[in-house]
Amino acid sequence: MQGTIRRSTGDKVFDTFIYIFMAVVAIVTLYPFLNVLAISFNDSVDTVRGGLTIYPREFTLKNYETIFGFEGLLVGFKNSVIRTVLGTLIGVLSASMMAYTLSRPDFQARRWMSVVFALTMYFSGGLIPGFLLMKSLGLVGTFAVYIIPAILSVWNVFVVRSYIDGLPYALQESAKIDGANDWTIFWKIILPLCQPVLATIALFIAVGHWNSWFDTYLFNNRSAENTTLQYELMKVLLSTQTGSNYRDPNAQQSIAAVSPESIKMAITIVVTVPILMVYPFLQKYFVKGMTLGAVKS
Amino acid sequence: MKPLTDVTLGAGSTNKRNRFWFKAFQQRYLYMMSLPFIIWIFIFSYVPVWGWLTAFQNYKPKNAILDQKWVGLDNFIELFQDDRFYIVLRNTLAMSTMGLVVGFTVPVIFALLLNEMRGQIFKRSVQTISYLPHFVSWVVVAGLVSKMLSTDGGAVNQFLMWLNITDAPIQFMAKGSWFWGIVTASDLWKEMGWNSIIFLAAMAGIDPELYEASTVDGAGRFRKMWHITLPGIRTTFMVLFILSIGHLVSIGFEKQFLLGNPLVSDFSEVLDLYALKYGIQMSRYSYGTAIGIFNSVVSILLVFIANGIYKRVTKESII
Repeated sequence: MQGTIRRSTGDKVFDTFIYIFMAVVAIVTLYPFLNVLAISFNDSVDTVRGGLTIYPREFTLKNYETIFGFEGLLVGFKNSVIRTVLGTLIGVLSASMMAYTLSRPDFQARRWMSVVFALTMYFSGGLIPGFLLMKSLGLVGTFAVYIIPAILSVWNVFVVRSYIDGLPYALQESAKIDGANDWTIFWKIILPLCQPVLATIALFIAVGHWNSWFDTYLFNNRSAENTTLQYELMKVLLSTQTGSNYRDPNAQQSIAAVSPESIKMAITIVVTVPILMVYPFLQKYFVKGMTLGAVKS
Repeated sequence: MKPLTDVTLGAGSTNKRNRFWFKAFQQRYLYMMSLPFIIWIFIFSYVPVWGWLTAFQNYKPKNAILDQKWVGLDNFIELFQDDRFYIVLRNTLAMSTMGLVVGFTVPVIFALLLNEMRGQIFKRSVQTISYLPHFVSWVVVAGLVSKMLSTDGGAVNQFLMWLNITDAPIQFMAKGSWFWGIVTASDLWKEMGWNSIIFLAAMAGIDPELYEASTVDGAGRFRKMWHITLPGIRTTFMVLFILSIGHLVSIGFEKQFLLGNPLVSDFSEVLDLYALKYGIQMSRYSYGTAIGIFNSVVSILLVFIANGIYKRVTKESII
């Protein structure tokens, strides 16, 4: 707007500077991913020669064929998908249920429940008491350790609640006059109206589940059937950092042909791609959701 | 007269109690939707705080928590006498302070520049790209960082050599003196775009009339950025900044865990890693819990100090 009236030389120089700066930001952000993508599709012997940038020199699918032969990786993939889907469904439903009850001005227990929730944002028991709790609940070494401790996030409850507070209360009152009970109001009126904010927290929860590795490291490092994709990648990463190869007893022959470096890159892509496919479509929702959460806190 | 009042009072309170239960029954669906989560939050957020007691004990997992040997402050005394603790504390504070300074200034500058951009398509694309690393796990980011910084063909070393800044590749990951910088830079790379969202939203909320009025008064672009845009995001900035100060000692350990290696452990070990090493890997639960308590207490103190300073300067409170 301002520019159309009168654009000085200084203005033009500044505009050019911004464009160059933004281009650099975009390149610096994207280059590592493209580089890894190129290596993952490149012949592993050829990769050792070095000098690969953003496109493969000798295209091959062998790296991917190799990693999909790893038993641990397949189990990890399955577990990561299950925990992401299940965890997101539970997380969204529980956050919205809790948020709805806290948003009802006439709810008796609203005050003390809000306090119970808000207090947890200021302290946490810490790593060791948390670990001992999981142990005494018998969750160590089970798949449930990914789901049960993550049923609810206080932050998400507050985000959804501030969204519900913005909806007209008259909708609920008229439904009540028509004889709807609280559950029906929640299920038939509130949930459908909350779609944008639910999309936001669903994204956050799903990304959290998909990306988490530390719970596997802490609670399930001895139970191979409960491994996750991120944890498998972490093991490859740390083992190649210290120089030893990632060995999977079921894949001894194929590992000889493909270098650990190429394997690492292929797994990185497998881990990253699902997120890449989702987040741009939800962008308008999460930008709003972020702002909502920040204003509230 | 006296008994009569007693009777009416009693009747009144029974009535009140009845009304309470009547209303509770009316709201039974609301209770069904919330009570399970209240129980859950007691177990998973409040019970671990009860576990703080172990810090004052010599905790052995085979006995119940109240059936332990009490040792008073011994664990804390041992902690404060350990030289390693001070190295770890130094690393934690160094990395969190660097992260705080860089992690706030750069996203603000990024948001300012984005806000000044005219081409909408290019602006949108840059934004979308800049959010990408936020959604990627630290495991992946650590892999990318060590790939980019590697000595055989890492992009950063190649670029530096192409510019003739260095003759031989720099061993970034093997030198402790690089570690803090690497962690800060990786964090910036991952979160810059994401952290700018809130500042951009705050900028979008500034009244356009302010800009128009200052144009009439003959203010140039930089004056407007300095006198309108930046003051317009001040409150948002301060709220986020004070909340982050509370996290100075609890910065997490993912980055340090994944990017660190034995060669740089004198610079990469942070409080949480130290707690993890002693508390879980060596099964010294009481000592590990003591570290956790130190962490929490310092966090809360820092938030109150930061809020106090802010209150004194601006006469407003955040908490």
